Amino acid sequence: MKKLVVPVFSVLAAIGFVVSIYLIFMATPLEYGVDARSGRLAGSSLFFNQKIFYFHIAHAIVLFTAVFVAGISSILFLWKRNPKFDDVASASTDVAVAFGAATLATGSIWAKAAWDVWWNWEPRLTMSLLLWLILVGYVLVRKFAGPSADRVAAGMAIFGMVGVPFIYTMVGQDSHPASGANGVVFTLGARLLPAFLTSMVTFFLWYIALVVSRVQSTRDEREVRELREKALDLGVLQ
Amino acid sequence: MALFRQAARIAWKDLRVELRSREIVATMIFFGALLVVVYSFAFPHDDKAVRSSVPGMLWVAIAFTGTIALGRAFDRERENDTMRALLLSPVPRLAVFLGKAVSMAALVLAVSIVVAPLLALFLSAPLFDYAGELALVVLLGAIGIAVVGSVFAATLLKVRSRDVLLPVILYPLLVPLFVAGTKTTAALVEIHPNLEAAWYWIRFLGVYDAAFLVLSMWIFESLVIE
Repeated sequence: MKKLVVPVFSVLAAIGFVVSIYLIFMATPLEYGVDARSGRLAGSSLFFNQKIFYFHIAHAIVLFTAVFVAGISSILFLWKRNPKFDDVASASTDVAVAFGAATLATGSIWAKAAWDVWWNWEPRLTMSLLLWLILVGYVLVRKFAGPSADRVAAGMAIFGMVGVPFIYTMVGQDSHPASGANGVVFTLGARLLPAFLTSMVTFFLWYIALVVSRVQSTRDEREVRELREKALDLGVLQ
Repeated sequence: MALFRQAARIAWKDLRVELRSREIVATMIFFGALLVVVYSFAFPHDDKAVRSSVPGMLWVAIAFTGTIALGRAFDRERENDTMRALLLSPVPRLAVFLGKAVSMAALVLAVSIVVAPLLALFLSAPLFDYAGELALVVLLGAIGIAVVGSVFAATLLKVRSRDVLLPVILYPLLVPLFVAGTKTTAALVEIHPNLEAAWYWIRFLGVYDAAFLVLSMWIFESLVIE
């Protein structure tokens, strides 16, 4: 059962990827929502650049989720002292760094298309950046902090999670005059929902498949190391 | 009450070591002063530019000197393995943490007390028009840096690359603190000072400090094990 998670989720994600591309480009009309440039209701059209939204938001939500996954499993790790939880935190963060990079890249491309600047400190994009920096810091600590890396990194994940409401409040207060007013928020029309939900589910499945396979490989690594040490002790291996 | 007495004793021990050698305070104040000199060459001096850039200068100086001071102060406990003695002493870990945080806050504060007047002097920045509010926000900032910094400087004590890792950990986590500090200072030095905004960010910083203080008190013991 456990062994099936990775292949099944990967295949489902692969199918979902094709389906969501189809839905985004073929089945989603360009006729809802708000004009990205003026911030006013455009009535009949979305710009073509809105197409990137479906992948952008899916990646961003995985990034946000990963901050909490890392925080909660780090609390469990420090509490129960079970390396299982630490593996989850570490794997989830590793994967989320990639998802975060995709969030920032797609966000930047979207900003270029919508406002003709590569980066405009739009509040949600800023928040993604700050959370991503915490995760990158976590990965660096993990890699370079030597034997106590797991504890230091766990502390960082927990502090990062507790900091989220502060980052959220701060970013919300700090709406830059150039961005805040003309954010590309719009209500999702019913006909945009299938594409949105498909890409959400696709990338979540993909994220889970990656995390599970990483956790498994970390565990295997540990097992091999322990077996090797045991064999060395017994004199079976030289 | 015993807890606070023990914490105060540990803090006083740290401060006494520092008062005798003056190593951190002297070097950090000099470093802070150098930063101000570099700023005065790097940034324009007209009134408008100074008003908009001086908050950033102040908080960058606090961030830099704060992390270096933290690293150095904890190095001192490592050199003769006195951190182990401290952790073995018959006081709760909480007292060790609180004592460390208090002495760290005092160090960070000592540097800002010198850097802020120097900024006002060299760049004729109107930093002290609202001295009370400025003092309050710098105090809250120093407490926040000291609290979060003590936790991680103590956990990194045995790690070889601790000098680079400390800012790698602290800066992402402290971004809200630095932003709040900068926003408060900016609101105070504007041509038409915006006290309402300043107090909003001071309250924000107060809540931030309180949340991270409670979290640090909970977590310190499980992170710092020998």
